[in-house]
Amino acid sequence: MDTVKQLRDKIAVGQTKSTDAVKAVFDHIEKHESTIGAYISLYKEQALEQAGKIDEKIAAGRPVGPLAGVPIAIKDNMCTTFGATTCGSKILENFHAPYNAHIVEKLNAANAIIIGKCNLDEFAMGSSTENSGLKKTVNPWDTDRVPGGSSGGSAAAVAARLCCGALGSDTGGSIRQPASFCGVVGLKPTYGRVSRYGLVAYGSSLDQIGPLTQDVTDTALLLNTIAGHDQRDSTSVPETMAPVPDYLEQLETPVKGLKIATVPHLNKGADASVQKALQDALEVYKSLGAEIIEIDMPHFDYAISAYYVIATAEASSNLARFDGVHYGYRSQNANDYIEVYSKSRDEAFGQEVKRRIMLGTYALSSGYYDAYYLKALKVRNLIRSDFTKAFEQADCLMMPVSPTTAFKIGEKTDDPLQMYLADIYTIAVNLAGVPGISIPCGFDEKNLPIGLQIISAPFSEDKLLRIARMHEKQTDWHTKKPNI
Amino acid sequence: MTAKIDEAQVRRVALLSRLELSNEEVAQFSTQLSDIVEYIEKLSGLDTDNVQPLAHCLPVYNVLREDVPHPSLTNDQALANAPDREDEYFKVPKILDDNSGA
Repeated sequence: MDTVKQLRDKIAVGQTKSTDAVKAVFDHIEKHESTIGAYISLYKEQALEQAGKIDEKIAAGRPVGPLAGVPIAIKDNMCTTFGATTCGSKILENFHAPYNAHIVEKLNAANAIIIGKCNLDEFAMGSSTENSGLKKTVNPWDTDRVPGGSSGGSAAAVAARLCCGALGSDTGGSIRQPASFCGVVGLKPTYGRVSRYGLVAYGSSLDQIGPLTQDVTDTALLLNTIAGHDQRDSTSVPETMAPVPDYLEQLETPVKGLKIATVPHLNKGADASVQKALQDALEVYKSLGAEIIEIDMPHFDYAISAYYVIATAEASSNLARFDGVHYGYRSQNANDYIEVYSKSRDEAFGQEVKRRIMLGTYALSSGYYDAYYLKALKVRNLIRSDFTKAFEQADCLMMPVSPTTAFKIGEKTDDPLQMYLADIYTIAVNLAGVPGISIPCGFDEKNLPIGLQIISAPFSEDKLLRIARMHEKQTDWHTKKPNI
Repeated sequence: MTAKIDEAQVRRVALLSRLELSNEEVAQFSTQLSDIVEYIEKLSGLDTDNVQPLAHCLPVYNVLREDVPHPSLTNDQALANAPDREDEYFKVPKILDDNSGA
């Protein structure tokens, strides 16, 4: 399977037909999807029809968009006017959105072909995709293991080459952690860089859409398509405040005098193989002339606590809209209007979603608001100041994505707190709103992929991608494929 | 040690959350939420007296536009996903009983 950019270039010059590329990817899906389980829905006929039109346009010499004819997958929490938008939840299993998400419009305008919608932890709540109410997804590197989450379907689809590239969403690590577990590249852009219009909300001050791809170049290419202002998302940042550059233009130019910060006390929490892969990656940068400095981030250890108050508080409010009245599942056992709410929600939400709604409601409830919610917001400010100080001293931070590689299916489902604690390296990035990327940087003794996390200042994706590309050029981790 | 969040509290929060939990769920959530809240309480160890709460990472400001009508969903589009409807309305069980004087 070509990368997005390779295929795009071949299609654009008529060397490959989009129709053939779409057929090839569906052949591959028909062979492997029953094992991997990456998709909630697939749209073969529609994809072939769109591909045919692109091929005709190109044959006629008419201009096409920058992703013309390339098969792309999106996470199933992004609204589309075709098919259902399920969020991996029984409550939305039959929900047909009346409008397209901003990123769907952008992909369409770029002439990309959306071939399917990927599995996820229900409402993007989870780190393993085991919380999906509709489907099980496995890790293409070891089918007894989880793909990570919540964008596990998107990451598994890219790793198994069941699409060229994909989009996911990241509220506390949901792009970067599955990218790491599946050995692909995953970027969470700066909060406000990509419009959230049509992304079903989980934690609105944290959610951000980003690419999962085979390499850094493809992430730059997809970010080119989806970044930018949208008046329908009031937190989408105007380009007058933060211009959107062409992320491909400078990608091959190394960052001169690169200064990298690491946080030694944090890294000690990771498995030995993960620490070793991080050290190896730092050596690569050193050999390119980068300077490594060690810093402290004194509030980082409080990130999980702050996150699980703030994210669940926002979730409890966002998910109040699922009332069994306007759309979604309604219980057949409700005797009065209160039971329409309470029975519909109980019957259709999964355990993790209920747990987070409960936790968020508790944190916001009378008598607890100051101690939990307000306190968490203050700690969030301290965490952000840790990042601000770090970027005064260095171009970027480097640390693991996850303390472990992909774990076994079922291993952590009985202990939600243990699952939350594994989010330690990714969560603070969302609280601070800064961009972070996971790139492949090695394998453990079980041949499971390990990700390197690189974090930079707000709206510096341009530099972040160049830094990531410096490592990619020196290594071949991103070219390794699972044996499916 | 008693649970930080006992079953009565779980039931109170479930009511606020409009979730009708089973007895098994109440017991399970009491244990799990207590564990989680106990962990979260490490926040209280930080001095935040002079720290402003941060709800949003970016400066948040009002986003206004000219008051010009834009196309919006038709009634049929808005009602298309309704679990139950009658004519142009979402249909729900009766809210007021017959002798409520409404």
